[in-house]
Amino acid sequence: MKKYAELFLTFAKIGVMTFGGGMAMLPMLQREIIENKHWTTEDELADYYAIGQCTPGIIAVNTATFIGNSIAGPIGGIIATLGVVFPSLIIITFLANIIQRYSEMPIVKSAFAGIQVAVCVLIFNSVMKLAKRSVIDKITAVIFVAIILAGYFLNVSPVIFIIIAAVVGMLIKLKEVRA
Amino acid sequence: MNIYLRLIYEFFKIGLFSIGGGMATLPFLAHLGENTGWFSYADLMNMLAVSESTPGPIGINMATYVGFSVGGILGGIIATLGEVAPAIIIILIIASFLTKFRENKYVDSAFYGLRPASTGLIGSAGLSIVIEVMFSGTGTLGIKWKAVILALIIWFLSNKFKYTKNWHPICFIGICAVVGIVLGF
Repeated sequence: MKKYAELFLTFAKIGVMTFGGGMAMLPMLQREIIENKHWTTEDELADYYAIGQCTPGIIAVNTATFIGNSIAGPIGGIIATLGVVFPSLIIITFLANIIQRYSEMPIVKSAFAGIQVAVCVLIFNSVMKLAKRSVIDKITAVIFVAIILAGYFLNVSPVIFIIIAAVVGMLIKLKEVRA
Repeated sequence: MNIYLRLIYEFFKIGLFSIGGGMATLPFLAHLGENTGWFSYADLMNMLAVSESTPGPIGINMATYVGFSVGGILGGIIATLGEVAPAIIIILIIASFLTKFRENKYVDSAFYGLRPASTGLIGSAGLSIVIEVMFSGTGTLGIKWKAVILALIIWFLSNKFKYTKNWHPICFIGICAVVGIVLGF
């Protein structure tokens, strides 16, 4: 029981200290999980991250599940994940309430109109950063551009594109290996 | 369908198919808003900005925010738990044969196509947002000059200028909020 409580609290602390995406969580994990608690090693953490990035779901949750599971089994994995999402639930619910109340004020509207410009640039930056890792040759470049255009012009669920891309990737890569 | 059941279903699907981190959920959320009418693109952008600027992983913050705006406090909790459920299940399965998973040629080849597709989907959501924010005005080509110029400045500061390029996104969000108020966006 004590182990579970410790897992929950540690991951809740990491959740509070993470601003931004799962990548921003890495330094917190290194300090809390490796240096303070000795729950895992640098190598293991690197593996968890690598797998977390290429499996479905949010990197922060994937990594929390891995570490929790390695320390206290499947229940530990679930508890670590609940810990990491707990602060978000409280903070966002609280803020969303406030923003909803004041969203019609002109000053709030202007602020958010400005913020939307920042959001455009941040999304652009994040696409560029991800593309450096995922667009590695001509074929992946074609997939990347084709999906941007298809995603923009066709009103089809992204799920369809993901499934097609996985199949295409398999067909091309497995054929290459055989040849 | 009951709104909470719908939220679980939609966010479970998002958690299952978005690959590569919190930003990857954006195109799915955009599609969800479009199909259900629960929230607009502008709403989603505001939620993204708040999610970037508050503690917690972006993907979780956005799930909580969208869930809350659709179904109140319970909606926020349900959306978040729905989104993390597939990841927990998948990771617990993978954890039992960790190294084999990474070296499996079928997994590896599927991800060869999945990674650029996931990035492309974020790109297409970004394209929609850029068009709405910068090219939906009334003048020539709909160009909104104030927004375009501010975007170029922020892009320069966050990528090229050595004193500011390592700043946290929250700083750029703050700058743009102030500019928006001062220039009356």
